[in-house]
Amino acid sequence: MLVRLLSGDFPRSRALTVVLLAVLIGLAAAPFIFPGTRSLNVAAKVAVFVLLVASYDLLLGYTGIVSFAHTMFFGIGGYGVGIAMAKMGTGWGALAAGIVAALALSLAIALAIGLLSLRVRAIFFAMITLAVASFFQILASQMSPLTGGEDGLSFRLPELLRERLVAYYVVFGAALLAFLGLLRVVNSPFGRVLLSIRENEFRSEAIGYRIVTYRTAANCLAALGATVAGILYAIWLRYTGPDTTLSFNIMIDILLMVVIGGMGTMYGAVLGATIFVLAQNYLRDLMKVASGALEGLPLLPALLHPDRWLLWLGVLFILCVYYFPTGIVGRLRK
Amino acid sequence: MKRDWLPLALVPVIALVSLPLVGSLPTWVTLTVAGLAMGMMIFMMASGLTLVFGLMDVLNFAHGIFIAVGAYGAASVLTRMSAQMEAQSLASDLSAMVPAVLAAVGLAAVLGWFFERVLIRPVYGDHLRQILITMGGLIVFEQLIHVVWGPDIIPLPRPGTITGSFIVGEAAIERYRVAAVIVGLVVFAAMWLLLNRTRIGLLVRAGVENPEMVESLGYRVRRLFVGVFVAGSGLAGLGGAMWAMYQEQVNAQMGAQVLVMIFIVVIIGGLGSVGGCFLGALLVGLLANYTGYLAPKLALGSNILLMVAVLLWRPRGLFPIGRA
Repeated sequence: MLVRLLSGDFPRSRALTVVLLAVLIGLAAAPFIFPGTRSLNVAAKVAVFVLLVASYDLLLGYTGIVSFAHTMFFGIGGYGVGIAMAKMGTGWGALAAGIVAALALSLAIALAIGLLSLRVRAIFFAMITLAVASFFQILASQMSPLTGGEDGLSFRLPELLRERLVAYYVVFGAALLAFLGLLRVVNSPFGRVLLSIRENEFRSEAIGYRIVTYRTAANCLAALGATVAGILYAIWLRYTGPDTTLSFNIMIDILLMVVIGGMGTMYGAVLGATIFVLAQNYLRDLMKVASGALEGLPLLPALLHPDRWLLWLGVLFILCVYYFPTGIVGRLRK
Repeated sequence: MKRDWLPLALVPVIALVSLPLVGSLPTWVTLTVAGLAMGMMIFMMASGLTLVFGLMDVLNFAHGIFIAVGAYGAASVLTRMSAQMEAQSLASDLSAMVPAVLAAVGLAAVLGWFFERVLIRPVYGDHLRQILITMGGLIVFEQLIHVVWGPDIIPLPRPGTITGSFIVGEAAIERYRVAAVIVGLVVFAAMWLLLNRTRIGLLVRAGVENPEMVESLGYRVRRLFVGVFVAGSGLAGLGGAMWAMYQEQVNAQMGAQVLVMIFIVVIIGGLGSVGGCFLGALLVGLLANYTGYLAPKLALGSNILLMVAVLLWRPRGLFPIGRA
């Protein structure tokens, strides 16, 4: 049972198992263990970002592709729900239509980007996706009658989803299912081919795998994962806007989470997202204390200023790329 | 090698096609000067990136940091020199501008040297880790800018002699834009002479074409790399300082904001090509201003549409460099 659920990909380390279980239990019981709006928001954000980061890891860690368009797909999910709910009424039909439209659009764009530009070198693909994503961001901010422009869209959901507890478990359940689905993908024969492409694309091609096809498929799957994450985030926030989904800052956040958690390990996404979102929400408080304690010293209080939390995660990120390519998960598995 | 002149015609063609669309000659002149000025500044910011890519096969996602640091360096000097700036004379303006520009270039160059040495050196030849490392550098140094200069946007005064505009015929032309065009042309001419008429330039160009060969002839390509990286960073600093004066403010995100535009310019020009970068920058600058006037909604996306059009015509950019 467990083998099938995890697709045979166990944490393979006692410490990692404990941490993962703690995260799972923490998320599953969040409304009861950590009451309060703020902590429930944090829990929902962790759930959504685990999925978002895991789908990005499929690209970066398993296939060796750097894409900057992941937030675009995240945004398509969010705007799919947002536009449908804001313009078509608050029924289940509208929600379903928005979700289907978002998934279809993401699939089409991912397919087009993949076929057109995955033939070229990694660097070129990174730049093209950056350009496409920024174009999409401009589009979203300019088509304000449809997207609400910079202000974004606030909307109402079907009756049942307005209940916070129900919404939370929908988000958590869907994210968990999608995560297990991604785990299935990377441990399938298809996932093995992706790994072989990452390790040596020339050899994989020589063995007889069409690497463009596999890369494009991975790109589409990752895009769908990000879209689902966007849909869930919109359902949770009941709002969609450029800053919550499309901004380049979120792309940077995703990169930090993938690399710190561990590239090429789906569980890294869980750790990365959890640590990052917790740091985003609680590290500031800690740093405020530290910065206050060092008052009067030169430079140090400025370095530990609560708004500089990203600095330290950035340093951690660089150290991870150099010394721990498989991130925290890799360290725990040693 | 036969010179390829066709892409060069693009600039006058775009300018001439837009003339009847804009409709009035004075407006068109104003827009064209604005576009050329913007293009020159973009060129200064982007040229280092394309050179570094051509020579070292490194695409530096943190290039925007040098731009931002240059802008902050210039701002630090200029805000302390407000006395010289207010005296309406060229000499006193220059006495503030020259140190400001030197500070911008120097700071960015030193940072570039550090960056190459500490961050990029261990990851040569590994594109995936290069992209990740330079992204990490972008995050960390953007935060460090906040630490050093504070989190607020700094308003940047412009010296008196290059503020305001003058009238030619019926067209109002901003002085600053003319100054930017002149500086840009000087930089481009200097770069062109350096690359095409000196021994160092010869080695750099040879290094772009075939680094192993240059190495085997007894030159240290590594040392060239460092020199080009530092020079490219310094240029980005200069471009950043000019860009900041154009916007009349400095903020830490400005590097990341212009990054996409710079990438587009570099792609349009052909990765690694300085001439292509210059041409691409002018095209992007002109188009941004024309569309900003004709169809404001399109203006922000115009450079991306331009990139798509150019890549459909020449998939490797206007002036592709030998090594693919």
